Amino acid sequence: MQGYIVRRLFQGVVLLVIVTTIVFAVGRLTGNPVDLLLPEEASEEERQAMIEALGLDGPVLEQFVVFIKGAVQGDLGVSIRYRQPAVDVFFSRLPNTLLLMPAAMLLAVFMAIPLGILSALRRGRLTDKVSGTIAVLGIATPNFWLGILLIYIFSVQLGWLPSSRMGDWSHYVLPTITLGTFLVAGFMRLIRSSMLDVLDSEFVKLARIKGLSEMRVVWKHCLRNALIPVLTLWGVFMGGLVTGTIVTETVYAWPGVGRLTYEAVIFRDYPLLQAVVIMDAVLILAINLVVDILYAYVDPRIRFT
Amino acid sequence: MNGDIALEVRDLHTHFFLRRGVVKAVDGVSFSLHRGEVLGLVGESGCGKSVTALSLLRLLPNEAARTVQGQVLLDGEDLLVKSKRQMRQIRGRKISMILQDPQTSLNPLFTIGNQLSEVISKIGAERGGGVMQQAIEVLRKVKLSAPEQRVRQYPHELSGGMKQRVVGAIAMNRGPRVLIADEPTTALDVTIQLQYLNLLKELQENTDMAILFITHDFGVVARMCDRVAVMYAGRIVETGPVREVFNNPSHPYTQALIASVPKLKRPEARLHTIEGQPPVLTDLPKGCRFEARCPHAEARCRAAYPDSFTVGAEHAANCWRLDPA
Ligand SMILES: Nc1ncnc2c1ncn2[C@@H]1O[C@H](COP(=O)(O)OP(=O)(O)OP(=O)(O)O)[C@@H](O)[C@H]1O
Ligand SMILES: [Mg+2]
Repeated sequence: MQGYIVRRLFQGVVLLVIVTTIVFAVGRLTGNPVDLLLPEEASEEERQAMIEALGLDGPVLEQFVVFIKGAVQGDLGVSIRYRQPAVDVFFSRLPNTLLLMPAAMLLAVFMAIPLGILSALRRGRLTDKVSGTIAVLGIATPNFWLGILLIYIFSVQLGWLPSSRMGDWSHYVLPTITLGTFLVAGFMRLIRSSMLDVLDSEFVKLARIKGLSEMRVVWKHCLRNALIPVLTLWGVFMGGLVTGTIVTETVYAWPGVGRLTYEAVIFRDYPLLQAVVIMDAVLILAINLVVDILYAYVDPRIRFT
Repeated sequence: MNGDIALEVRDLHTHFFLRRGVVKAVDGVSFSLHRGEVLGLVGESGCGKSVTALSLLRLLPNEAARTVQGQVLLDGEDLLVKSKRQMRQIRGRKISMILQDPQTSLNPLFTIGNQLSEVISKIGAERGGGVMQQAIEVLRKVKLSAPEQRVRQYPHELSGGMKQRVVGAIAMNRGPRVLIADEPTTALDVTIQLQYLNLLKELQENTDMAILFITHDFGVVARMCDRVAVMYAGRIVETGPVREVFNNPSHPYTQALIASVPKLKRPEARLHTIEGQPPVLTDLPKGCRFEARCPHAEARCRAAYPDSFTVGAEHAANCWRLDPA
């Protein structure tokens, strides 16, 4: 188990190096970022000053070494807009996102597991058809549109829930639903299909031959097996979740890292954007590591290899 | 031989109601199983052996499958009219089953001990020094090596033969009246097969448990069974004591099956295979189902399904040629 964790950690570091390299390369290969940052009428002196300030003079390789050295020490440059280290800006916003993302994940877990199981057990019946239709809509509806729709219905028309910013619990409802819907829908369909496979398996037949209750068969023998594909595809969903926060936080003016990403793009805050992308990667890797450990805990065949 | 009857199946019909038609997988099966007896059920692939077995336990594979007619009398009580709840009490305790493939019969995510614990009663555990201690004892009974370690292991850490012993232990632990073994050794290596069969026989000899032994291997029938029932296209066409049936196979299908068994004594003899295909189960003929492949077919075989005719002590077959009239 420890060996497994160490191996996963090592893989995470390798991935991070690759991400950092790509971020660096994209920044340099698409032209001098200074041209993006400065207004068109800027003078040549202003341009040179900025190049030096951002460490963009000197050969690319040297820049890369400087960049990596900084990155290892937690220095990803200074945000142009905030005039603070980009990493500090990121961490000041992170807690707000870390309230929203787990809320969406919890919503997904508590909705998708029972609904997925129910659909599988009632395959082809009304419950299954209704939840299947809702799931397809949930997967197909873009975040931003769902966000606007919910604001229109629940804030503008009904006036039940606030439409923006952070505050008491009521501020969490719409963003959580907006962010969590595709997760709920995706997990539900995944659990339904893996549940159907598991229900057909021989060990479930043996569990029934033992004379176990249906509750026991479903919750003990089926569910854990049915969750394995969800954990396997977790990384894919995490990517969707992080991009989802960009849209959701922007729509609801939620001061988290998603909105920060959006601002960094809009305000051409190039060092900040770089930092946010790298830190997002760290975040995704950290969550995936936790999920991988969970995965190994659930499936002994992984634990022992 | 003629002891109490543990299980009696009468005119069992289990059909699959599919869009393309009604698949009559089991279509009028009757047999009885005496206490302490091993009855072999043999027949080609797809003739309905497994569906018969699952019908007895009322564990049909999907919603399209329904047992539409018949009686399954276990100690005189019809299982087909029991409630779901009553059935759960009966499964594992009074009637149990060993599945074909040990690789998939155990849940990969739980330890052997955990999966055994589900068939160990609280009382048994208290008397036997705790559930795990009891689980170890259960494994010892099926002669699994190092049972103390096995209970803590996961299925993927055991070989196929070891897993099938665990499945056997699970199926037999509560001392069922009837054990169904659906090709329990097909997935095992030849040497392991023999060991497993010997073990089953040994475990059964000390009890009055009856076994319905499903196989397509006549060698296994000869080794394991007291009587044999030959199944063809959803029905049993011949039953009798193993020796009787081997020496005097009376249904042309049984004759063909036995002729197709390679004889060890005469390895040069050509393997006899049966010409043609069994009938489509959605469109069964009115008469004898073997008629199209039968070398002795006559007009009356097409006209009506043959009655059962006695050909010896406890030995009967459904073939018009046996009609004494
Ligand atoms: N899940 C199913 N859906 C539809 N038809 C089925 C299903 N399972 C079995 N059948 C039908 O029932 C018939 C009997 O199947 P069964 O599994 O009992 O055969 P078997 O005698 O056990 O064969 P084998 O020796 O290959 O195990 C098959 O020919 C098939 O047409
Ligand atoms: Mg079968």
